[in-house]
Amino acid sequence: MRQAARSEVRLAALLVGPALACVLALAVLPIAWTVWESLHRHDLRLPWLGRPFVGLANYGEALGDPRFWSALAHTLFFTATSVALELGLGLALALALHRRFRGRDALRTLAVLPWAIPTVVAALLWRFLFEGPASPANAVLLRLGGEPLAWLAHPIWAWVPILAADVWKTTPFVALLLLAGLQGIGDELYEAARVDGAGPWRSFCHVTLPLLRPVLLVALVFRFLDAFRVFDLVYVLTGGGPGTATEPLALYIFGALLQKLRFGYGAALSVIAFGVGFALALLYVRLLGARPAGAQR
Amino acid sequence: MRRGAGRAAAAAGTALLAAGLALPLYLVLVASVTPEADLFEGMAWLPPDPTAEHYRALFTERDFWLPLRNSLVVAAATTLLCVGLGAACAWALARLRFRGRGLLLAGLLVVGLFPQISLVAPLYLLLRALGWIDSYPGLVLPYLTFAMPLAVWLLVGVFRELPLELEEAAWIDGASRLRAFREVVLPLAAPALASTAILTFLYCWNEFLFALSFTLGPERQTVPVAVALFRGEYRIPWGQILAASVVATAPVAVLVLAFQRRIVRGLTTGAVKG
Repeated sequence: MRQAARSEVRLAALLVGPALACVLALAVLPIAWTVWESLHRHDLRLPWLGRPFVGLANYGEALGDPRFWSALAHTLFFTATSVALELGLGLALALALHRRFRGRDALRTLAVLPWAIPTVVAALLWRFLFEGPASPANAVLLRLGGEPLAWLAHPIWAWVPILAADVWKTTPFVALLLLAGLQGIGDELYEAARVDGAGPWRSFCHVTLPLLRPVLLVALVFRFLDAFRVFDLVYVLTGGGPGTATEPLALYIFGALLQKLRFGYGAALSVIAFGVGFALALLYVRLLGARPAGAQR
Repeated sequence: MRRGAGRAAAAAGTALLAAGLALPLYLVLVASVTPEADLFEGMAWLPPDPTAEHYRALFTERDFWLPLRNSLVVAAATTLLCVGLGAACAWALARLRFRGRGLLLAGLLVVGLFPQISLVAPLYLLLRALGWIDSYPGLVLPYLTFAMPLAVWLLVGVFRELPLELEEAAWIDGASRLRAFREVVLPLAAPALASTAILTFLYCWNEFLFALSFTLGPERQTVPVAVALFRGEYRIPWGQILAASVVATAPVAVLVLAFQRRIVRGLTTGAVKG
């Protein structure tokens, strides 16, 4: 028996090894290395300065850097707003898809499409819809009796195409998650609610919502993490502009690293972003109990 | 009476949602066959005089085959590696008994959810030291950081759902555990392996940050990077950008149309059953 157990462990090591080695070498070690790098001044444009150890100086600089704080604020604003909109609209779409009607399959396919297309393409598509005085967005605005706007050049209105693109692209994903949750709620519960005299609204509040809570929570945390990483959308839609009015954390870090080539400082910013992201990911795992599909058996 | 009204309202709401999803795609499709001069003259429901000019320019004036080929090579190579190595890893995690299994699974999930930007600095320096900036391995290796956890996580769910009895029957017939995996489990899991491959491929096809960070010029740029960096001589070449967007979306749309059910299942089982 012990012999069998030992050979099982050996087999497991053999099978898990390669995949694990990839992840360790390419993600875990590099993160550790980023932490080390963040304690140095390392400027690829000034190679003659070498790579002196500077302790926590880079972190000190970040804390006193107004552009870092505004990038963090933009990221949190984007995350909170987009996730709230997506959960609300996603629930509506899920309820719509849950009903039986002709063309439901077509609508489901249509819903997967925005999620599946490249984010860059979604961003370009929405940029086009908001570009120029005769853009579709301005046509709508004119119809409503407003003046045409230069959306992408305005520090506040520029958020509208960014949020619209994200909501359009990601709401279907949330909806499909919630739909799977809805399909897991037995009809007999609604039947019982109806027998007890509950109308559609009350059965929604007292049957649907409570039973959907775990899935809602998963969708919430998952979306939160994803929105926190926002990069592609803003890069394409506004480039963080006008000025730095819509610059999220990932874009600021990208600039510090690959445009200014300040690797030490960029690494410190990366560690901060990672810290926040890691904390959120741990929260996610805790909420899920780290069980993958089918593990409840 | 009230029920009829409720049903009509639901139908109207559904139609509105469908329109919201489809309209942007439709407008871009129309715009991609509209002559450049008419593009910003106001919204058109149908192209007044449709032209394939932008598509022609995309493949003749620009070599759009190049980014398409790059994307295909990188996404396919990453997918093969992830599904191959990931299947072995996932089966071991799902079926074999060893210490640290739960920790490994949780660790993989956490890695999969890393903010990608925090890996750009070390991976850039690593690839530079290896001389792999602006190369295929220089993209495939970074892609493994998100694609491998994704594939393993999806496949662990797949293997746990297969009945253990089938493997046990193979052992009774004298097969080793590894042989039971190869000859019983893998063929049974083939459809699920395919959906995992599709999802992994989609994630790689759409990736932008790493592709932007680790390429230097058009030679190795993937489709999203090429499209995002389109520049004209004087102005943004919107016609070509929109045509390129349609071309970049086409393979994704084909996959979605063909495998909608599988994709949805792959996406949702993990989250819902977890």
